[in-house]
Amino acid sequence: MADHPALKVDDLHKSFGAHHVIKGVSMEAQKGDVIAILGASGSGKSTFLRCINLLETPNSGDVYLAGEKMRMKQNRHGETVPEDIRQVERMRSRLAMVFQGFNLWSHMTVLENVLEGPVFVQKTPKAEAREKAQALLAKVGLSDRADYYPAHLSGGQQQRVAIARALAMDPDVMLFDEPTSALDPELVGEVLSVMRDLADEGRTMLVVTHEMGFARDVSSKTVFLHQGEVCEEGAPSELFTNPETEQFRAFLSRMN
Amino acid sequence: MEAILDFIPLDISLVAQNFDRFLWGVWVTLNLTFLALLCGGVLAIPMAIARASRHPIFNPMVWTYTYVFRGTPLLVQTFLIYYGLGQFEAVRESWLWDPILSSAWWCAFIAFTLNTAAYTTELLRGAIIDTPKGEVEAAIATGHSYGSRMRRIILPSAFRRAIPAYSNEVIFMLHGSVVASTITLQDILGVGRWLNGRYYLAYEGFITAALLYFLIVLVITWVFRWLERRYLRHLADRRTDAPADATLEPTR
Repeated sequence: MADHPALKVDDLHKSFGAHHVIKGVSMEAQKGDVIAILGASGSGKSTFLRCINLLETPNSGDVYLAGEKMRMKQNRHGETVPEDIRQVERMRSRLAMVFQGFNLWSHMTVLENVLEGPVFVQKTPKAEAREKAQALLAKVGLSDRADYYPAHLSGGQQQRVAIARALAMDPDVMLFDEPTSALDPELVGEVLSVMRDLADEGRTMLVVTHEMGFARDVSSKTVFLHQGEVCEEGAPSELFTNPETEQFRAFLSRMN
Repeated sequence: MEAILDFIPLDISLVAQNFDRFLWGVWVTLNLTFLALLCGGVLAIPMAIARASRHPIFNPMVWTYTYVFRGTPLLVQTFLIYYGLGQFEAVRESWLWDPILSSAWWCAFIAFTLNTAAYTTELLRGAIIDTPKGEVEAAIATGHSYGSRMRRIILPSAFRRAIPAYSNEVIFMLHGSVVASTITLQDILGVGRWLNGRYYLAYEGFITAALLYFLIVLVITWVFRWLERRYLRHLADRRTDAPADATLEPTR
């Protein structure tokens, strides 16, 4: 498998009605890459991320996970649909996602949230999963909150639980959809520091974010999307010091 | 004691003498109501799922069913089943006639079940649709199939949210069960009517019946309060069962 990139997206297109949101975006992440995806709101960066695990169905384009292609077909109305929903579900379980709004299951405790995927999707024996879940909660600094319900935690804590929940799946690639955008400014740091640790561990991550600092310091590659297309991409050290396009320069000056 | 009883313009001794009948009436009411709630509730789950989906056949089918049963009075439904079906020769000769459709109890049970199933379906459908979209997306992203996210995430969340509204349905069904007394069944009201018919004493029988219904509702309310405390903990303002040494952080 060493010759396959962890994740490859090839010429992805997505329209909502007449509105063409993603106009042929390709991306490749090697194992251990941290790709920061930047862009103004409406640039299609979240939609792009959601097309990778098929929360949105792309109109065309291919997604490969460690060389395995997500098989799509046309239905009789000419829409693109998964050929085999079981394959999609299996691939989703290897692509953990962390959402802007945390999206913890509100009727489950923190521990139950972390156990859900391993026990009920991957069918890991409960005792084994519980041990691992507790270790993950310790890792995100929330061991003492295992029996709390999400509504009784702060936003930063909820997002750290969501990260532990994603990690519990042992994902090949982690997708972060603006993980700090819904947080109060003083809570952003605790989530970013957990994400930094993950990057240091060599996790493969795609991070849609507005945190320029994180993109600059942590990402191995930064991609700037503009109006549904890759406008500029490269090593962050290069990109942030020498923006080539007018759009990225304007974006950077707006963000600072 | 005699002196106190003289002040009450009711013949309590008559109620006391026939109290075993009333207790039997309580049994008839409870078992009819709760069996109907149980079966209606079980029927309602797949129907609610169908109503919450955009299935082109099941959704309108169930919609029609709930529309008919919520659009007509329970009394009329019961009469149609008890008196109406027997008019058809084919029904009288079918295997359904004896022992089911010829029996008042079965007719009441069928009418109540279908009625509560219709209301519960719509109630559950609302709760299913109200499941936070993000929580459903998180379940999809985790790799849950449609069936397993329904079973693991959507229904457990919807059932909990439906508890307060469902307590109303249970109480309405209990009160609605008086319809049974109009088709010869001796439920609580049936016994009250019997007392009235036999002794011409309206107050005694009906007040006793009213009190008994009231007591049952009291118990139902307690049970639901307990259920809400138990299953809606996650929506409570803050933990009431937090470990003593845990300090609560401000919630947002």
